[in-house]
Amino acid sequence: MSLLELQGASFAYRRGGPVVHDVSLSLGAGESIGLVGESGAGKSTILSLLLGLSAPTSGEVLFDGIPLARRDRTLMRRFRSSVQTVFQDPYSSLDPRQRIDRIVAEPLRSLGIATGDDALERVAEAVASVGLERDALRRFPHEFSGGQRQRIAIARAIVCRPKVLLADEPVSGLDVTTRIQVIDVLRRLRDETGLALLMVSHDFTSVAALCERTVVLKDGRVVEEGATGSILSSPTTDYARSLVAAIPRLP
Amino acid sequence: MSDTAPVQVTEIPDAAAAARRPRRRSRRAVLVIGCVLTASVILLALVSLVWLPFPQSDTSGTRLEGPGAEHWLGTDKLGRDLMTQLMIGARIALVVGLGSVAIAAVLGLTLGLIAAFAWPWLDDTLSAALDVIIAFPVLLLAMLVVAVQGASLWSAILAIGLAQSAVVARLVRILARRVLGEQFVTASRTSGTRWPGVVGGHILPNIAPMLGVNLALQFGIAVLAEASLSYLGLGAPPPNASWGRMLFEAQGTVLTAPVGAIAPGIALVVLVLGVNFIADGLRDVADPTRRHG
Amino acid sequence: MSLLEVAGLSVRTRDGALLVHDLSFSVDAGERVGLIGESGSGKSVTSLAVTGLLDAGLDARGSVLLDGHQIVGAPDRMLRPLRGPCASIVFQEPLTALDPLMRVGRQIAEPITRHRGLRGRDLTRAVAEALDAVALPGERIARSYPHELSGGQRQRVAIAIALAAHPRLLIADEPTTALDVTVQNEILDLLDHLVAERDMALLFISHDLAVVSRMAQRVTVLEKGVAVESGSVGDVIAAPAHAYTQRLVASARLLDDALDSAPSSSNSPGGGDDA
Repeated sequence: MSLLELQGASFAYRRGGPVVHDVSLSLGAGESIGLVGESGAGKSTILSLLLGLSAPTSGEVLFDGIPLARRDRTLMRRFRSSVQTVFQDPYSSLDPRQRIDRIVAEPLRSLGIATGDDALERVAEAVASVGLERDALRRFPHEFSGGQRQRIAIARAIVCRPKVLLADEPVSGLDVTTRIQVIDVLRRLRDETGLALLMVSHDFTSVAALCERTVVLKDGRVVEEGATGSILSSPTTDYARSLVAAIPRLP
Repeated sequence: MSDTAPVQVTEIPDAAAAARRPRRRSRRAVLVIGCVLTASVILLALVSLVWLPFPQSDTSGTRLEGPGAEHWLGTDKLGRDLMTQLMIGARIALVVGLGSVAIAAVLGLTLGLIAAFAWPWLDDTLSAALDVIIAFPVLLLAMLVVAVQGASLWSAILAIGLAQSAVVARLVRILARRVLGEQFVTASRTSGTRWPGVVGGHILPNIAPMLGVNLALQFGIAVLAEASLSYLGLGAPPPNASWGRMLFEAQGTVLTAPVGAIAPGIALVVLVLGVNFIADGLRDVADPTRRHG
Repeated sequence: MSLLEVAGLSVRTRDGALLVHDLSFSVDAGERVGLIGESGSGKSVTSLAVTGLLDAGLDARGSVLLDGHQIVGAPDRMLRPLRGPCASIVFQEPLTALDPLMRVGRQIAEPITRHRGLRGRDLTRAVAEALDAVALPGERIARSYPHELSGGQRQRVAIAIALAAHPRLLIADEPTTALDVTVQNEILDLLDHLVAERDMALLFISHDLAVVSRMAQRVTVLEKGVAVESGSVGDVIAAPAHAYTQRLVASARLLDDALDSAPSSSNSPGGGDDA
């Protein structure tokens, strides 16, 4: 059964046309999906629907087969502890005034999962599993490079042992050498803990390195979906073809 | 290349930060000077609580006497000791500054946060109301409060605090909006934190430094406003000494006994400059991202 | 003689931190040279240093000869006539490089007036030609403000401005990093075409090996302000000599390979297990 699902979801702002139109997606345990599209494709809107931050104007978001009701506190608590996220900008996604231990512990604190020594241990564990030293815990975000900050953001996302990780362009802001390292962290988490991964990206390269399936979006609609390799080697729509052709390749 | 190997923390030299560094050192000096100036006024006020050169309403001295061994700063035209008045004035200035800034902080934070979170129509209404209050002269507002409540220290504090709360509210609204747009707020919500937790955990700490700087500036403005109100007779009534009223009472005899005007004038400058320097210096010290490059 | 000759260039901050250390490279007339580096490598500082646009807080030493004129230490009034006819820059973020309150047409007209002295109808025609050269529909774009344009259109406008004075060297500092891939592709095509057509020299600065390899013939690899390797693009990518270049190429290669080895059926496990 799918863990997280969009069923014919559309989203429109009060004034203006729909930014997401009849999108259906399904993410099962251990699966990895890449959501690829250029600016204005509706990627961030879909992400905010999947995160329960906004509600679809029509259609539904299903979590464990249950329609997501934002007022149902018990359901939302279970949802929040199962579905976590990593954002694009490692500079804006960590509160500059909090130390790393406090940042990473926020889900544990807010969802009432663990406190005190128990929480501390889980935070240390999460930080270690993304490849950071323990002494990182007492520092502030500005003391870290972009790639390290993204590891910290990943640590925060996995500290409550979620089943689904939604990643919004998690490596787009990083240098290529750092990018590889962060992709490896995500891949290891996926392989070792069976974390389902949905990655939003404007760029096929990082999706190819991480996701089995790819959904190509354009103007708020799904234009093509399938196995990542198949889309890359033989895209069926013109748009997907132009996207694949535009990827800069090494000689 | 191994993905799990802990990465060395190497700070990339930030050209802008480096260029800023010498200025920061002078900022620290400014903070120290500000603290010394302000502390001297606080000391004066604290001493006045336990000891005064002369009783508050003692008019036994010779009128308009110059500075000397008995009356350090001399006496005013009623024969009262100027040093005594200056010390009580320090107390009044600090009480008014703290009182009105406290009112401004509480009211301003509440209104500003409401506006930042409110539906657009409520935000617009609040913002318009704040603009009206800001456009309203403090003295006029004070006269209204005095008309209702009578002239007293509390009327002055209330009037100044109300006027300042509008300025603070507008600042809080802008700062809170800016923090709300940051990804760490979204990250906090997807971590399961509810809005009160987001406000307490992320928004307040992130607006605190700028707010603190502004409140320190407001303190200086409040002290000056109280002096103006007292000068106009809208402040605390006698026998409470106030620097503003000392200035008013000395204005007829500025040429013959200048100390009566110079002393409260210097006291005002010292306190206002002190808190302004503190405000300036606070900007850097309060920001962890600027602590040791 | 080279059009741009950088020799022993060092840039340091006021408190002594080195941003660029002893950098030397040259660009001949009509040649295309790439500068590759990740964040903090000093590549953007270099692009500013060679046009004398460094921040006042930064101190440059060494020699930068642009068309025979010494840039390092030269006063701004000596540099101004060189910017434009000699060298122009296109920056990463076209939105901040353009004046938000001025119509695009006027922003293009300004350098044309300054360097070619055109007025009135000639100027209007020159602006239309400049927009035409970057494949933008003239009339409508000229009357627009920057925020009314897409990212790709803005970058085309920035290129039109940079080309207004017919520079002999175009410096492109991460010109496509902020753009979508398909738009990046179009802009690279455009630059490629313009540089060839006008016989300009190109200094292309980027963190992206694949993009640089497409645009440049020779490259210099920068690591923390130090040039660790230079050579022809093909050689550097095929056989990187320095450890840092090897790491850079290996990372890029891994990502590039993932594009070919991505699973074709949903059931197979994810991309290559490497690193």
